[in-house]
Formats: sequence, structure tokens, C-alpha cells
Amino acid sequence: MRLVLSLFLVLFLAACAGPQVRGTGDLGLIIERASGHVTLVDTTTRQPYARIGGLGDLSHASAVYSRDGRYAFVFGRDGGLTKIDMLEAKVVKRVIQSGNAIGGSISQDGRIVVAQNYTPGGIKAFDAATLELLSEVPAEYAPGKFSKVVGLADSSGNKFAYALFEGGEIWVSDFSHPKQPTTQRFTAGSQPYDGLVTPDGRYFLAGLFGEDGVAMLDLWQPEKGARKILENYGRGQEKLPVFKMPHLRGWSVAQGKAYLPAIGRHEVLVVDVATWKEVGRIPVRGQPVFVMARPDGRQIWVNFAFPDNGKMDVIDTLAGKVVHAFEPGKGILHMEFAPRGENVWLSARDDNKVLIYDTTSFARIGEIAADNPSGIFFTTRAARIGF
Amino acid sequence: MVSTATGASEPDAVRQKELVRLVRQDCGSCHGMTLQGGLGPALLPASLRDKPAEGLAATIYYGRPGTPMPPWKQFMSEAEADWIVQKLMSGFPQ
Repeated sequence: MRLVLSLFLVLFLAACAGPQVRGTGDLGLIIERASGHVTLVDTTTRQPYARIGGLGDLSHASAVYSRDGRYAFVFGRDGGLTKIDMLEAKVVKRVIQSGNAIGGSISQDGRIVVAQNYTPGGIKAFDAATLELLSEVPAEYAPGKFSKVVGLADSSGNKFAYALFEGGEIWVSDFSHPKQPTTQRFTAGSQPYDGLVTPDGRYFLAGLFGEDGVAMLDLWQPEKGARKILENYGRGQEKLPVFKMPHLRGWSVAQGKAYLPAIGRHEVLVVDVATWKEVGRIPVRGQPVFVMARPDGRQIWVNFAFPDNGKMDVIDTLAGKVVHAFEPGKGILHMEFAPRGENVWLSARDDNKVLIYDTTSFARIGEIAADNPSGIFFTTRAARIGF
Repeated sequence: MVSTATGASEPDAVRQKELVRLVRQDCGSCHGMTLQGGLGPALLPASLRDKPAEGLAATIYYGRPGTPMPPWKQFMSEAEADWIVQKLMSGFPQ
């Protein structure tokens, strides 16, 4: 009896001391831009479970995930690239890879993490396991002229597509041989400001700032070159000042239509994905920044540039119009949907909170304190192309 | 034209705080929250040193056509644009 009891005790203690076994599918992180912290969150309990500091300048920071959802790679503005263990809630490795960075991406096979840089302009590829530099592609579009890189997106075959702001081109770099990447160049148009890849990985789109329109490259048939869609969508009207560049990364395809922010205009453009022709415009209450589809595609949530960045509009894709408009907080910078979209998390920078809303009733169902929160990134991104 | 007079009509403390936040957070979306540059150029004292204050204030107030820099005149007065330039050139408050 005594033996049994002590054996029981040993097993009990071992169970306490051992790591808690859990999956990663319902985890995520919130960027706290001003203080160099990230808060780790559980989307099932809708609570934070850890906070990690020392990540440098996180303004405009973004994150991608390893394919198992265990590791986050956080790209900071100051060129910092930090690998975080989501389960042990700690920094695994951190490198300063450039002077001024603007996000990154992870390869189809999960082995290569690529950072896109403003200074010096170009992309750099790192081993996802060790963060060792594998290779780089300087964005030298003309002899001695380097461009800022925007819109970096992963596509199949360990290729990455991106656009050159000053260079006016789309580049596709193939990292099949990670240490010897090869790059194809395509003319895009004036001042591409961001890019995205469609959920199937087929089309890369680069929004143009310097002219009305969007450059599109069919990655299945790159030999056909990039072409322009949505040309002259603001034709005949005065060019409007833009107080914040729209983001295309969180973009939306729903029910065969793509929903894109109109530059400077208080409109969301609706495009038929089969023909790539504009089929409608939906008026909204400001200059759209993020135009994001709920995972099922029924709703599109839109946030806005300064000075309308306290507002959110929700478009019902069946009705084709805004069905809910509200003011959830101050400085709404980003949003992220729960994996299947039953709730959405909004960062309210100037309220120092992340707000959680039910997407059916639009009721606020929770909030999390965070210091100047900006990007919110859930581990479900690990399995999505272009995220 | 934008006046270069500095200190003549300095914004009050509350407004100064608002302007600092505007520059860090909203100008910061292109120029970086630490003003070290992003899609837009760096706005640090060293990078602005050789530029005339009057021209910089005009860029803030009227924007710069042909670039993404928008006019900010609906959100501030010319005197406030002058004050921002003066602070940028001497080291911007946190």
C-alpha cells in the first residue's frame, strides 16, 4: 500500500513538473508597437497568457508562423527579426537583419523566412530553424539605384513575389536553391505601395499609388507579364490626399469577388475575380486601410485612415452594402478574425486595448489590455497562402 | 506663404501633446514612429539639417504633389506646422 501511494505521488509530481501538453491552433500574438512588447493570447479563452519584451521598434511590425504554429517570426521596423516560441512563451532567437524593414513572409515548405526591407532596399532569406542568413536579393532596379520593397508574398514552389516602390516593378524570386535565388522582373506601374497574393497563390496584385490601377501578375503564367486592372478608377476626379497607405495584405476574396480599398476615396472597389473587371463600389465612411473578409466570406470588415480611424464599417457580401457601422474605439489599426470567424479582434491603439466583437450580433464580448496595440496575428495564418 | 516665425504663437501645452501624438502616430505610419523613415524619408534632426524650415513647413501644410505626402492643413494651422518643423529639427519630443 505504501509503495503504491509513493508511486502515485511520484507520478502526480511528474505530471505537475512536466510541460503542459496543448496544441497551437488557437494561439496568437498582439504587437504592442510603442513598447517593443508582444502579448500572447489564447483565442479560445479570449485571454492573454504571456507578455514578451525587448523586441525593439515594433511600429508597423508583422508576424508569420511556422507551419506547426509553434513559432512566430516577428518583423520589426528597425530590421529586427525575432523568433518566438508560442508554447514556452519566450524568444528563441533574435537578429537585426537590416536598418529599416517592412514585414516578411515564410516559404511554402516552412524552411525559409524572408524579410522585406526599405533600407537597404531588397529582401533577405533566413533559415527558419536558425535565422542564419541564406541569401539576399538587393532591389537594384537600375545601376546603383535601390528601391524600397513592398507587398512581399509567398507563392508555391518557395517563390516570393514583391513590388518595388521606386522601381515600379514586380519581382518574383525563386528560392528552390535557397543560397542561389533566381529573380524574374516585370513592369508594374508607378509607385506600387503594397501587394498581395490570392488565396490560391495564383495571382499577385500590386496596388499602385502613382497612378489609378492595380498591377496583376499571373504566377501560373508569368511569361505573359504583368497587366493593369482597375485602370482609371478615379478618372476625371481630383487626386485625393491619402493620410495612410491602404494595406492589401489582409485582403478579401469572397463569393468570387475581390474587395479592395480605393486609394484616397471613401470607397471599397468590388472586382469580379473571373474577369478582373470592376463590378461595383461600396461607399464607406473614410479612406479604407484594411478591407478584410471574415473567413467564410459573408462579411467584409473595413477600417480607416486618420482622421476616421475610430470607425469600422461592416459590409454584407450578399447585400453588397454596409450593414453595420460603429465606433469601437480610438485608433483602430488592425483586425484579426478567429479561425472560423465567429469573433473578430480589433486593436484600439489610443485606448490601449484590443476589443473582441461577436461577428453575428456585433456585441462586444471582451477586451484585452495592451500598450498601443497594432497588428494582431493568429497562428491559423500558418496554413494560409499569403499570410 | 508659411511664416517662419518661431515662438510667436506657440501652441498651448494640450495642443502640443496632440501634435506630438499626431506626428509620432499618424505621420509615423509613413515616416516611422521613431521618425527614422519608412515609405517616407527620415525626419530626424540630422536628416533635416540642410533643409530650409520654411520649405519643410510648407510640405507639411500643403503636401508635396507627385509624392504620397498629403497636405495636413485641415488638421493644423500654419503656425502649428512651423512649430512641428522647429521641434523636428531640434529633436522631437516623445
